[in-house]
Amino acid sequence: MDTDLSSQDRKDLDKFIKFFALKTVQVIVQARLGEKICTRSSSSPTGSDWFNLAIKDIPEVTHEAKKALAGQLPAVGRSMCVEISLKTSEGDSMELEIWCLEMNEKCDKEIKVSYTVYNRLSLLLKSLLAITRVTPAYRLSRKQGHEYVILLIIIFNCIGFQTVRVGTVGTPVGTITLSCAYRINLAFMSTRQFERTPPIMGIIIDHFVDRPYPSSSPMHPCNYRAGEDNGAVYPSVEDSQEVCTTSFSTSPPSQLSSSRLSYQPAALAVGSADVGYPVLFAGGLTAAHPHQLIAPGKEGGVPPLPSQPAHGTQADQERICTPLDGAHYSAVTPSSSEDTETVSNSSEGKCGSPHDLLETVFVRKVGAFVNKPINQVTMANLDIPFAMFAPKNVELEDNDPMVNPPDSPETESPLQGSLHSEGSSGSSTGNTHDDFVMIDFKPAFSKDDILPMDLGTFYREFQNPPQLSSLSIDIGAQSMAEDLDSLPEKLAVHEKNVKEFDAFVETLQ
Amino acid sequence: SARTPGPPARRVAPAAAGAAMNCRAEVLEVSVEARQVEEAALAVLHTVLLHRSTGKFHYKKEGTYSIGTVGTHDVDCDFIDFAYVRVSSEELDRALRKAVGEFKDALRGSGSDGVGQISLEFYQKKKSRWPFSDECIPWELWTIKVNVVNLATEQERQICREKVGEKLCEKIINIVEVMNRHEYLPKMPTQSEVDNVFDTSLKDVQPYLYKISYQITDSLGASVTTTMRRLIKDTLAL
Repeated sequence: MDTDLSSQDRKDLDKFIKFFALKTVQVIVQARLGEKICTRSSSSPTGSDWFNLAIKDIPEVTHEAKKALAGQLPAVGRSMCVEISLKTSEGDSMELEIWCLEMNEKCDKEIKVSYTVYNRLSLLLKSLLAITRVTPAYRLSRKQGHEYVILLIIIFNCIGFQTVRVGTVGTPVGTITLSCAYRINLAFMSTRQFERTPPIMGIIIDHFVDRPYPSSSPMHPCNYRAGEDNGAVYPSVEDSQEVCTTSFSTSPPSQLSSSRLSYQPAALAVGSADVGYPVLFAGGLTAAHPHQLIAPGKEGGVPPLPSQPAHGTQADQERICTPLDGAHYSAVTPSSSEDTETVSNSSEGKCGSPHDLLETVFVRKVGAFVNKPINQVTMANLDIPFAMFAPKNVELEDNDPMVNPPDSPETESPLQGSLHSEGSSGSSTGNTHDDFVMIDFKPAFSKDDILPMDLGTFYREFQNPPQLSSLSIDIGAQSMAEDLDSLPEKLAVHEKNVKEFDAFVETLQ
Repeated sequence: SARTPGPPARRVAPAAAGAAMNCRAEVLEVSVEARQVEEAALAVLHTVLLHRSTGKFHYKKEGTYSIGTVGTHDVDCDFIDFAYVRVSSEELDRALRKAVGEFKDALRGSGSDGVGQISLEFYQKKKSRWPFSDECIPWELWTIKVNVVNLATEQERQICREKVGEKLCEKIINIVEVMNRHEYLPKMPTQSEVDNVFDTSLKDVQPYLYKISYQITDSLGASVTTTMRRLIKDTLAL
């Protein structure tokens, strides 16, 4: 008799799988950008680092991975692949690696989700960190530049390769095995012809869709143009940026199930996602700065990019239409721009510029070299839940009126006791005004995000609606007086029309 | 030898023997030039410790605990075409470098024909009652056998750089395979027991209790055991 997962376990497991998939993509992509990674250990749990590992989240990567997943999870029969290939300046390309996250049907019913599975996923991520450095593509990506760039594609529901074992024959010195790995997805990816210009940082926009839901036409390469409706459009995925605050119990195993991950979703709509949407990134170096990515200045300015007509034309022809190009990046709250360089991020390592460089490479472009202030955004958009509570984080304007603080996370539950201790939602700032104490409003479960309407902004905007005019005492009194004065006139008018009123009433009978 | 009747004698487990039950033992062999010894050993040790370190535990009331965050750091080798990931902890890095440095010096020293091994052992402490001292029960032992080669030409050295790099890639893959078998790990301890399982002396990460020791085979073939006690402060009675 199968013991089914409790619904809480099921929810936990789905969350783990989702974030594991996202972190996997981050690790792989970051390992192929060509820079050394350096993140800091932090002894105090911040609740923001999934699997207790400091893996930075490059927002574009997260966004594209989420888009590729489109609200689904890797599951049995649904795998997620990251393809790494090399593309030379002459236009030749070569597939280097395919990283596959898959699930098979073999179940372990006994395993504890919120404890053992979580820890083993953490171990698996560490292994991924180690392994991504030992394949040949790592060294190639560290040296990419003039002659070639490394391209990355995230595909969900990729069918990829299937292996069949033909057979084996044992011999005294070893076992002969014969097998075949064959490609199932037979759609071509059209190769771009680079002109004789050095590769530019930016996105290569050619991709094709591998639709999980069969459409009438066979799979074909599909070039997206801005604004083009790409067939089946799926409703926007309500995507939650979720905290991972883990609290483990050291009680005997039978009680382990009572310790739960406490995670609080901040409800943010990331935007529409297209199912089965492969996305392509290019990381590369510019000719002008070989072996050195253009780093944005510390003031958060836009990095200069060489104007390359070739890419201009390419960008015109094909564009990934993504919400990234638009609304999301404009959502940086004003105060966050000052804090770009000081936003607390425990994963900031001592490597300094690689952080910026990584972000720069991931500029998504609409047209030629339009560059949103990515570094601002990405730093402000650190996927740190409870970032509002972090000391150097965005502070709300001091002229926020006093509000009732939301429930502090420090409630009696031991789980929530493990939340970041800085999570007190009230800290009194200067002004005392009669009975009121001004506090910084830090709504629970909210954090900075690239979207314009996060919870905090929402509260701020709508927490002080103007008084209803009829309810305001002065105005009310005034209008009442006016009303009283005008009453006799109104009565006179009504009396004049009494016959009409009567007639009307009779029609109703 | 004949067995004497009676109950079996209790033995304190020898520190570096790895002979206790459930002790997993893995051996990796590398042939390197003298100048590559340190980087090769560090690459292996750091990769193992990456998998065997967690964030710092913070115990709360009611027996729950939360775990800090482990950062990672890419390291490029100077003498080997190789790169690896280590835990972001300067203390841990220093401890490993110290151990590996001593191993390298011993390998270079007289009486050595360039063959030696350095071992990383993970153990648990088991409290014993007075007058017995605490037992150290190993549960995993990694041994790196090092064979130092001397190369004559620059071309040979260049080839060696690449070959050793490739070999180390294989070793990392081996390590990852072992780690992901999800075999025995000590149970997560309560607050009072945490120092019997983890090394809590570091300020930013928390590896399982470990000790590093090495052996050099001298030219006569006899092994000269130099066991280094834990590099980090310890409360072992011995």
